[in-house]
Amino acid sequence: MSVQVWTYILVAVTFGLYIGIAFATRVKDTRSFYIAGQGIPPLWNGMAIAADWMSAASFLSMTGLIAFMGYDGAVYLMGWTGGYVLLALLLAPFLRRFGKFTVPDFVGDRYGSDALRALAALTAILISFVYVAGQMRGVGVVFSRFLQVDISTGVIIGVFMVFLYASMSGMKGITWTQVTQYVVLILAFLIPSIAISLQQTGNPLPQLGFLNVVGDLDTLQRELGFTAYTAQTRSTLDIFCITMALMVGTAGLPHVITRFYTTPTVRDARTSAIYAICFIALLYTTAPALAVFAKTNLIGSLNDRPYAEAPAWFKTWEATKLLSFTDKNGDGVIQYRPGNALNADKTPNADSANELTIDNDIMVLATPEVANLSPFIIALVAAGGLAAALSTASGLLITVSGAVAHDIYYKLINPNASEAARLLAGRITVGFASIAAGYFGINPPGFVAQVVALAFGLAAASFFPLLVLGIFDKRMNWQGAMAGLLVGLGFTLVYIVNFTPTLGGRGTPDALFLGISTQGIGTLGMLLNVTVALIVSRLTPPPPAATQDLVEGVRYPSGAGAAQIH
Amino acid sequence: MTNPPASPPPVSAPVSEQKQAYWRATIRLILTLLAVWFVVAYLMGIVFAPALNSVRIGEAPLGFWIAHNGAIYVFIALIAIYATRMRALDRQYGVEE
Repeated sequence: MSVQVWTYILVAVTFGLYIGIAFATRVKDTRSFYIAGQGIPPLWNGMAIAADWMSAASFLSMTGLIAFMGYDGAVYLMGWTGGYVLLALLLAPFLRRFGKFTVPDFVGDRYGSDALRALAALTAILISFVYVAGQMRGVGVVFSRFLQVDISTGVIIGVFMVFLYASMSGMKGITWTQVTQYVVLILAFLIPSIAISLQQTGNPLPQLGFLNVVGDLDTLQRELGFTAYTAQTRSTLDIFCITMALMVGTAGLPHVITRFYTTPTVRDARTSAIYAICFIALLYTTAPALAVFAKTNLIGSLNDRPYAEAPAWFKTWEATKLLSFTDKNGDGVIQYRPGNALNADKTPNADSANELTIDNDIMVLATPEVANLSPFIIALVAAGGLAAALSTASGLLITVSGAVAHDIYYKLINPNASEAARLLAGRITVGFASIAAGYFGINPPGFVAQVVALAFGLAAASFFPLLVLGIFDKRMNWQGAMAGLLVGLGFTLVYIVNFTPTLGGRGTPDALFLGISTQGIGTLGMLLNVTVALIVSRLTPPPPAATQDLVEGVRYPSGAGAAQIH
Repeated sequence: MTNPPASPPPVSAPVSEQKQAYWRATIRLILTLLAVWFVVAYLMGIVFAPALNSVRIGEAPLGFWIAHNGAIYVFIALIAIYATRMRALDRQYGVEE
């Protein structure tokens, strides 16, 4: 059977499963809708956290990014797992003990400030939207390549799927679909990786196999004029700051924190963190190995090969415009060299001998074909990419829904809303958020990459200090938190916009502060936030006794019962 | 949900000796684990990675390997130690759920 037939079968089966699970777990109250009734056992919550955490970016883009960045790809590998350590140690158990519905809930109650609650809700919405748009693009890419529909149709199918199951079953159903999606995505990632590792190194474990071939890749890259794969290319300070900003930024991502609200006890929250990091590490330790295999394969099968003899998969990917060949020297042979083959306006770049343009997003999807794996495995990878995108998108939609329907509508606008009205508001928000996400998936803003840097920077400079100080510094008051937030957010925002031409910035790279790129500046934003917050809070009156008792309360697990029914 | 929510302590009630000791132990544990986190990820994985690259693990340079694989194994250990130690502290200081 062909790849396309297998893809249809696997997509139909998995989508059917997701909808079936949602129908079986449909909910009728807000406690189930937002925090799954706090009845999720740690093992399953660990899997759901892993699926929530690993987005289309982790599954589809990260391996490609690492393959092209070499050592520097460590910023993602360590950034997105090391941030999880911060989340597990500093935030998850304490926020679970607090036991409400959303992250802005904690901010609002801890600082006794509606302005901060609103600001937190808006930040949660902004961050989640940037993410969701990326997930929808991932769905579009998979559909357009494997089912030959156009990207828009793919996005609409994805949006409809997520809307259907998120609005029907809320957090409760999402938990179980995420568990299923984790199984699909990890199998889809590991099976081809193991097959390729065996093929290239004779060792079935990619984590061990790649140790023996990465030296050859270093040699190969040097021969073509690239820097060695395992050498740092960015400045050490910049790598340091980007890694820190990604860690601190991801630790404050509201959609992942919320997943810890769903366990029965604080102890279970800590236990689910262990399961989750193990499930995440399965993919994150395999990805750098796959990156090495993919890069080696790619260079081997394309470089210095006549275009007319290019493998069949080259043509299929060319059709999606995610892979292209520009024969600059007119010899009909593909040359892969350092630099960009094309300028930003798609004209040939005369400064580089490179003739090959490869989109990061296709590395994982193309590699099984490049390695001649069976059609079934290639189709499985497509289903895995969809699972990764949908699982994260659904978690994000519930977060947006919580911020709008719970924090803004119920807590700030209409505190008398009935349970039924609040549930309906939650469902309607999921609907609108899905439509907006679909719009941005079909018409991605030209500056998606920069906006993602913005989202991490903003999360690093806002949520993380706000939450950590709220738990560990009893003396922190709303004045300090607000001042720190405004300074940290303001600084980060201005810096990123100033150095991003697509956002109208005029800053030139040599004017960067200590050479720190926009991706890493959230680290300084966070430090500014903390410093200002500590100083201002000491110059203003301490928070009221009730607030100090609340902080005391989240520090000790005993008495972590059900979320209070508001 | 075996335990009913504890009623909040009366306003301005001093925190018991026991709970203060528990919190100090918690902070000590977190700081120790984060020190390891920092040394492995930022010092061994980034700042001193080029120097460590002269040592090889298989064919791979050590600094590169820590940044791409090794640090993640350490992260798993840190979270596992945290959860088990915290469970013991909960019991020792009588603040279990």
